[in-house]
Amino acid sequence: MDKILRIDMGAAGGPKMQVESLGEYAGLGGRAMTSSVVAKEVPPFCHPLGGENKLVIAPGLLSGTGAAMSGRLSVGCKSPLTGGIKEANSGGQPAQVLARLGYGAIILEGKPQGDDLYKVIINKDGVKIEADNSLKMMTNYDLVVRMKAEYGDKIACISIGPAGEMKMQSASVACTDPELRPSRHAGRGGVGAVMGAKGVKVIVLDDTGCKARQPKDLQKFREANKKFVEGLSRHPVTGQALPAYGTNVLTNILNEAGAYPTNNFKTGQFAGAGKISGETIAELETKRGAGPTHACHRGCVIRCSGIYNDKDGNFLSKQPEYETVWAHGGHCGIDDPDAIAMLDFLDDTYGLDTIETGVAIGVAMQAGVVKYGDAQAAINLVKEIGKGTPLGRILGSGAAVTGKVFGVEKVPVVKGQAMPAYDPRAVQGIGVTYATSPMGADHTAGYSIATNILKSGGFVDPLKPEGQVALSRNLQVATAAIDSTGMCLFIAFAILDQPDTFQSLLDLLNSFYGLELTADSVTELGKKVLKTERDFNKRAGFTKEDDRLPRFFYTDPVLPHNIKFMVKDEELDSLFDW
Amino acid sequence: MKVTVKLFASLRKDRFAVDDFDYQEGATVGHILASLNISEEEAAIIFINARHGEPDSPLKEGDLLAIFPPVGGG
Ligand code: SF4
Repeated sequence: MDKILRIDMGAAGGPKMQVESLGEYAGLGGRAMTSSVVAKEVPPFCHPLGGENKLVIAPGLLSGTGAAMSGRLSVGCKSPLTGGIKEANSGGQPAQVLARLGYGAIILEGKPQGDDLYKVIINKDGVKIEADNSLKMMTNYDLVVRMKAEYGDKIACISIGPAGEMKMQSASVACTDPELRPSRHAGRGGVGAVMGAKGVKVIVLDDTGCKARQPKDLQKFREANKKFVEGLSRHPVTGQALPAYGTNVLTNILNEAGAYPTNNFKTGQFAGAGKISGETIAELETKRGAGPTHACHRGCVIRCSGIYNDKDGNFLSKQPEYETVWAHGGHCGIDDPDAIAMLDFLDDTYGLDTIETGVAIGVAMQAGVVKYGDAQAAINLVKEIGKGTPLGRILGSGAAVTGKVFGVEKVPVVKGQAMPAYDPRAVQGIGVTYATSPMGADHTAGYSIATNILKSGGFVDPLKPEGQVALSRNLQVATAAIDSTGMCLFIAFAILDQPDTFQSLLDLLNSFYGLELTADSVTELGKKVLKTERDFNKRAGFTKEDDRLPRFFYTDPVLPHNIKFMVKDEELDSLFDW
Repeated sequence: MKVTVKLFASLRKDRFAVDDFDYQEGATVGHILASLNISEEEAAIIFINARHGEPDSPLKEGDLLAIFPPVGGG
């Protein structure tokens, strides 16, 4: 992982590539890499779809090694959705493969001169770029079948669907899983639109003939990995609950906590929650001959993913994640798991962020475009997005635009990005993360749910404003660091509770790179990443007024707790004072 | 007094999803856990009427008690 592949899509005479050394980006991975490149090289006032923006794709520091859980990919750019810096994170095979091929980052830059659509093929022999206009408007699932026919089944793909080609603000970048399904997505912030603006449909990676990256101290690395894996399987969340039920186990919990946003954040409990809960869906998956335990990339030992078959036992989609089940489910008053799995599949194959898409549909329901609870109407709306009809393009522009077009007052977005599946009034800590994260409303940026609701890493009462800023700050810092290692964020449940498992993570990094990192250096890394991102946003024109929730969270109490968002502005503004 | 008890995830195994019980006045969450043969460690997340509770939290007529094992996601 000692080189960068830079492709100027706007060069005279067609795309021009260059392989360079890491240079000043040496020692960076994942989110630290993408955010550093964007902050340094992208003019903050550029148009996100213009030639000055860049799409940066980077595996984490430990990706491509034998370390468990290390296959997360970061995709960064200036976001067309928020206008700020973006890092969207994805599982799937590509991070491992890209790292083994030796690339610390791929940077797509420039503005294509014509309207050709390109594929980029990378293997041990080098890089090829070819125009292939027969791929135009192909869905992700069809595209991967085609790539497999052309390049064999040892590949991993990073691609966009029709939504990315249409440069929709909710377009994702898809990554294939080990069975070559484009089911894992760098979803948030419209990163797919930037890939579309660069004219790149797919990056096909094949690491045949490449070895796993070699640690400086193999013996120590192996020992650390063994202990790390042991720690993950010992912890009840990473060892038992996530493999058995997946992330959707949260539906019942957030609903019981009165923090499950229902019918566009109208109330905090959903009568149909049980029908779409992790418990119900896991049972259904098993009954239909698939199951709730699946690894999104080789080397994942938690295996929170799963496979969802239709009633005839045929593949319908991967197990929809909690946020997807919420966005297309409770948020829209829909309680039909088959419809939600179908919506998940459509989002994946068109290349759409499931959160942004579901929230936009719920906002349209609030406006009366279709009725809450009408699953078939929701499916039809997503198909409109895939076709790019005028209504589809409005919805595909995300929740904020949809709200404006249809005259909706209560639109749950921060910095233009849709809020995920936790009401910030009933979980005040996540409200702090939504408000202050440089990413816009993003639960993963500082997952206070762990401590506010799940009692992981201590307990801070979700219904009180006290202690939430400190909680969110610490989590945002830790997350920025983990997102740079290539590790799946779900290791956090184990490393928050088990100091020896956190030490194993440090040992993995240290024995691989010959470093002597401590807990403090990890904190420093996280702070540096956040500072870089905040600084970019500031230069892009963001002020503290952008670090606020929409007004209705301050004025309208939500049931059952009858509570408003109470964290004071000055406190929010102190989050980055450390 | 009547209390509705909901169990989730692995706690449902060989037990139930939701049921109503009659308990003596003054019963705590801990009493109910013991009667259901659930250890305090297993009962990682407890809600009484949608608010976090503890094993020593007292219950009253009509309460809704929801019990989860250690779980996570995101
Ligand atoms: S725990 Fe889940 S999201 Fe994380 S790497 Fe494994 S399957 Fe992917």
